[in-house]
Amino acid sequence: MNVLLAHNVALVLWTPIVAAAVLAVLPSYRLSARLNMLASFLTLAAALSLFVSRPGANSYILVDDLNIVFIVLNTFVGFTTSVFSASYIGHELETGRLTPTYLRFYHAMYQVMMFGMNLALLVNNIGLMWVAIELATLATVLMVGIYRTHEALEAAWKYFILASVGIAFALFGTILVYMSAVPVVGEGLPGMTWTVLVAKVSAFDPALLSVAFIFLFLGYGTKVGLAPLHAWLPDAHAEGPTPISAVLSGLLLNVALYAILRFKMLMALNGRAIAPGPLMVIIGLISLVFAAFMLYRRRDIKRLFAYSSIEHMGIIVFAFGMGGPLANFAGLLQMTMHSLTKSGIFFTVGHIAQVKGTQKIADIRGLTETHPLLGWSLIVGVLAIAGMPPLGIFMSEFLVVSSTFARSPLLAIPLVFGLLVAFGALLLRVQGFAFGEPTGNATPVRASYLPIFAHFALVLIAGLYLPPMLVTWFQHVARMLG
Amino acid sequence: MHGIDFDIAHLLAGSLVLVSFMMLYQDRLYALLNIYALHAVVLSLSVGWQAHIQDAPHLFITASIALLFKAIFIPIVLHRMIVKLGIHREIEAVGSIGLTMLVGIGLVGLSLAVMLKVTAGADLVAREDIAFALSVVLLGLLIMVTRRNAVSQVVGFMSLENGLVLAATGAKGMPLVVEISVAFSVLIAFIVIGIFLFRIRERFDTVDVRALDRFRGEQR
Repeated sequence: MNVLLAHNVALVLWTPIVAAAVLAVLPSYRLSARLNMLASFLTLAAALSLFVSRPGANSYILVDDLNIVFIVLNTFVGFTTSVFSASYIGHELETGRLTPTYLRFYHAMYQVMMFGMNLALLVNNIGLMWVAIELATLATVLMVGIYRTHEALEAAWKYFILASVGIAFALFGTILVYMSAVPVVGEGLPGMTWTVLVAKVSAFDPALLSVAFIFLFLGYGTKVGLAPLHAWLPDAHAEGPTPISAVLSGLLLNVALYAILRFKMLMALNGRAIAPGPLMVIIGLISLVFAAFMLYRRRDIKRLFAYSSIEHMGIIVFAFGMGGPLANFAGLLQMTMHSLTKSGIFFTVGHIAQVKGTQKIADIRGLTETHPLLGWSLIVGVLAIAGMPPLGIFMSEFLVVSSTFARSPLLAIPLVFGLLVAFGALLLRVQGFAFGEPTGNATPVRASYLPIFAHFALVLIAGLYLPPMLVTWFQHVARMLG
Repeated sequence: MHGIDFDIAHLLAGSLVLVSFMMLYQDRLYALLNIYALHAVVLSLSVGWQAHIQDAPHLFITASIALLFKAIFIPIVLHRMIVKLGIHREIEAVGSIGLTMLVGIGLVGLSLAVMLKVTAGADLVAREDIAFALSVVLLGLLIMVTRRNAVSQVVGFMSLENGLVLAATGAKGMPLVVEISVAFSVLIAFIVIGIFLFRIRERFDTVDVRALDRFRGEQR
């Protein structure tokens, strides 16, 4: 347990917990918003320092090339969201949608959620990973319902029940993995320790492992928001505070995806268990095509982008399901780009919804005239998420499509079809948002543009030029994923 | 493994499945709660027996959580809540009982067929336990989907969770069982507090979740 006390890993985990405790008692919201930023920044710094010095794996903590990508992404978006959140909640206080008491709760829960996600990514134990994901889920459920309106409560309840069922399935799968490990590695902690499982998995009973994976995929897949288990996702995104929509889409879905990837690696290493690939490919395609069509019928701006998250998660799961170095690389890149772009879009949308006083798509028009900076940011974001060159998602989607064409052209047809359908829907919508007769409030807005610009700049840079270091890193991880 | 040890473990796990079936056809909330309390008592006995035969004293903690928290505390709290929300007279539409029972039998058959086949190499007690546990989990899901009332959906979820605890204790020497059962108790406490704090009754005038569906956020 030494590593928990005296290492940068400890900082990644302890900073959010200590911050949550302090934020829970701090009355001034200005101060707590700043403290929230500070804590998130410190966590990011600690996460970055993992590149420099990395602790060896023990039975609780594991830092390897795979999860370091997730952790850095997680803490980075966590930090930028806290910056956005500071200006967002100021407005919510003014309009009276949130009271100072609720804000205290909100900030504490934000850090609890960050802790849960960081823990889930860092642990070397599949049982503890499950507990951590449950913790992060609970924190987000509470935040989704924070406005206490009809809609928010419905969303929180739905999210709660569906996520709980998902979480129950995931636990059942985890128990089955342990049972398959016991005859080989013996009883007790090693049977749940990730590094031990990886080393010994080839001797596990393949049938039991296959059933375990089905449960894990269904369970954690619910949290990824894959169709047909996605019902909670649009509601939770639309009714909660926008910073939470940003972290839900940008981070929590990734954490659940990370769990699936870990177990997929186990399956691949076992060799005799069912191949997880086809299952992931099919569910991924269903999510992609389904969400792409759903984009056309949306009337709520946050729901629109929530469905776009389902669509992208479909693409990512599809890519990882295809497997192989190229598709895995594309999947990783797509995941990173999606996190950055989607949270950037939610930052923009949050400010837009605040200044216009509505989330209805029909009531948001002519943004480039009334609020040029927000309007153009939204255009850039939507073009990025739709996969226009030269932005980052274009590159990753191009890689997914071209690697699929090379290996199984038949699968590429529904993939490209889904991408085009979604592309059309997004372009159609963004025209309405950005141009035309302006509607609603035209007063200038006090927005925090920094996080928006930072995210989109990163996406643009990644589209134009990926640093060779990052490429080799991702290639290495892609090979690890098998 | 002594014959009698296994037989009792088997009996208790089987009883849990039986009690799950009893929950399926309850159409009154009070009756459902009482059966749930019985479910938790059987679970507690089963976990206690596992603690005894596995020589794993920490499982007694899980057993006492099941007894004190799930069999006594939660039913009492929900009981009061039902009175406060004024829904104690409500009779639930649980669909056709015969059909629900048939589906339940199908699910149990499915889980036995799947789990016994794939766990052929595992320890005998664990094997039976996990098969029964999956039955309880699936029956819990069935309870959740055949109910419209928020409170009884939660009861369905709690019975599902009992199945998971049964599975976790059946898997011999599994680490973190106590932690996981505590985590689940926290989850349940959150749900129950959620019903109360969110005052689903007040807000929606009913705890019938059909009322929640009125709002899709997509109204024109």
